[in-house]
Amino acid sequence: MELSVNAQAIAYLISAILFILALKGLTHPSTARRGNYLGMAGMALAIGATLLGAEVQSYGFIIAGVVAGAVIGSVLAARIQMTAMPQLVAALHSFVGMAAVLVAIGTFINKQAADALNPVLMGELSAGVIIGAITFTGSVIAFGKLQGIISGKPVKFSGQHQLNAIIALVTLGLGIHFAMTGSVWSLALMTLLAFVIGVTLIIPIGGADMPVIVSMLNSYSGWAAAATGFTLGNNLLIIVGALVGFSGAILSFIMCRAMNRSIINVVFGGFGGETGGGESAAATAHEKGVKSASVEDAVYWMEDANRVIIIPGYGMAVAQAQHALKELMELLEAKGVEVKFGVHPVAGRMPGHMNVLLAEADIPYDHVQEMDEINPDFPSTDVVLVVGANDVVNPAAKSDSSSPIYGMPILEAGKARNVYFLKRSMRPGYSGVDNLLFYQDNCSLVFGDAKETIEGMVTALKGGGH
Amino acid sequence: MPDTLVALYVFVLACFIGYYVIWGVTPSLHTPLVALTNAISGIVIVGALLVTGLDEVGTTAEIMGFFAVLLASINVFGGFLVTNRMLAMFKKDKKKQ
Repeated sequence: MELSVNAQAIAYLISAILFILALKGLTHPSTARRGNYLGMAGMALAIGATLLGAEVQSYGFIIAGVVAGAVIGSVLAARIQMTAMPQLVAALHSFVGMAAVLVAIGTFINKQAADALNPVLMGELSAGVIIGAITFTGSVIAFGKLQGIISGKPVKFSGQHQLNAIIALVTLGLGIHFAMTGSVWSLALMTLLAFVIGVTLIIPIGGADMPVIVSMLNSYSGWAAAATGFTLGNNLLIIVGALVGFSGAILSFIMCRAMNRSIINVVFGGFGGETGGGESAAATAHEKGVKSASVEDAVYWMEDANRVIIIPGYGMAVAQAQHALKELMELLEAKGVEVKFGVHPVAGRMPGHMNVLLAEADIPYDHVQEMDEINPDFPSTDVVLVVGANDVVNPAAKSDSSSPIYGMPILEAGKARNVYFLKRSMRPGYSGVDNLLFYQDNCSLVFGDAKETIEGMVTALKGGGH
Repeated sequence: MPDTLVALYVFVLACFIGYYVIWGVTPSLHTPLVALTNAISGIVIVGALLVTGLDEVGTTAEIMGFFAVLLASINVFGGFLVTNRMLAMFKKDKKKQ
């Protein structure tokens, strides 16, 4: 059976609709899984329609590639730890980028052999190669930073932005030259330089800006797919590319807004990095006039509370404390305490990271609330437990106009009656800014590993001898 | 209207659909959103199939196409399966029902 061109076009249209419905499914957790299945159906339809079309005639390499890819992809998906999700996502972005580059160059070779090249096509090819190559190396660097292979510190040197601008202009020039002349040398050099741009674009960005970078590369991978669609004259690729490109762009915007920074500032700012420091935590705290509290103090207030709000941050993921938190939640609920989780948009290393980790620990999603939703509840809350978050509860963002984080929307934990801040040391948050919340009368620090501290609370609650 | 212009029409209109659909996604599902968009951007596999499957394809293009098919399939399978795994974890509180 061979599909006619028109039948194939109709199949692609249905596939595009299925993808739109798939994304629409993510409007609510109750419809999300169905959405994902619609996405799978859309993909199966697209692949089937392509294979049955007149253009695909030899199948050996295709079958080998799909089978190998299916095995690798399935194993990755089944084995990956939820804390490592940002790394997986970065790796997958790099694959889309590289695939786009290979498709563009492969198309060039095929069209050249068929003597079917023209300047418009070659211009589209250049766009595919440049965006794909930047996505590839950029994602590889992001992966390295997330995995800890490359230092999370921003790499900066003087004249960096000027150098980047020059490389970008030369790359663009080569792209135009290639489109006009079809020179293979221009194509090769342009590809190489685009790979370099991916690296130089991402190395100056600090490890803590990763939520924005992950979103941004998500967007690039979409634009790479769209450019491939233009090259091949394939509307399905164009539609999907636009959807994915906008998805990443909107996520980048949401992340930047949640930090009160512009995307330009993130890309060119080189903010933050991991600061060192290992002085005796309690001693430093005492010196600064910060109160410290024991696990028992915190438990004493929590078990008699009406409402406890837990604020998780990246530190919770590092300590793998989410499962202990679930147990704490259940014990408190058994005592009639209302327990809620408040999540800041940039908590973690990618958008929505905390929500997935809490869901992994079986914490129902209706207990987890977003910043705007939960902020009005703080003044009537008895105890707030901050687990591995820092800057996102810093009142300096509201009160200190000289602070680098001034203007950033925060979770207003300081308005609660008691705040217990679980901390490993007095190290500041990624912004390097001192947290003014520590000096408030209602705030105490509980020093130690987040997971051990919460397990201690669980044991104390089980003991229940007050 | 030339084909490239038709493609541009499709692209711009799809951007608008993307804009409105994505703003509707609940923030708690932003990680699955990234994973799902990862999976569907594996749609470049269509391009990879067209390059690899060409009747009179040369060896260089065929090898490039093979790697493109491989990488895009990792995206498709890895992306959809990991999204499914994550979404399966999102549960409502049973006690409240």
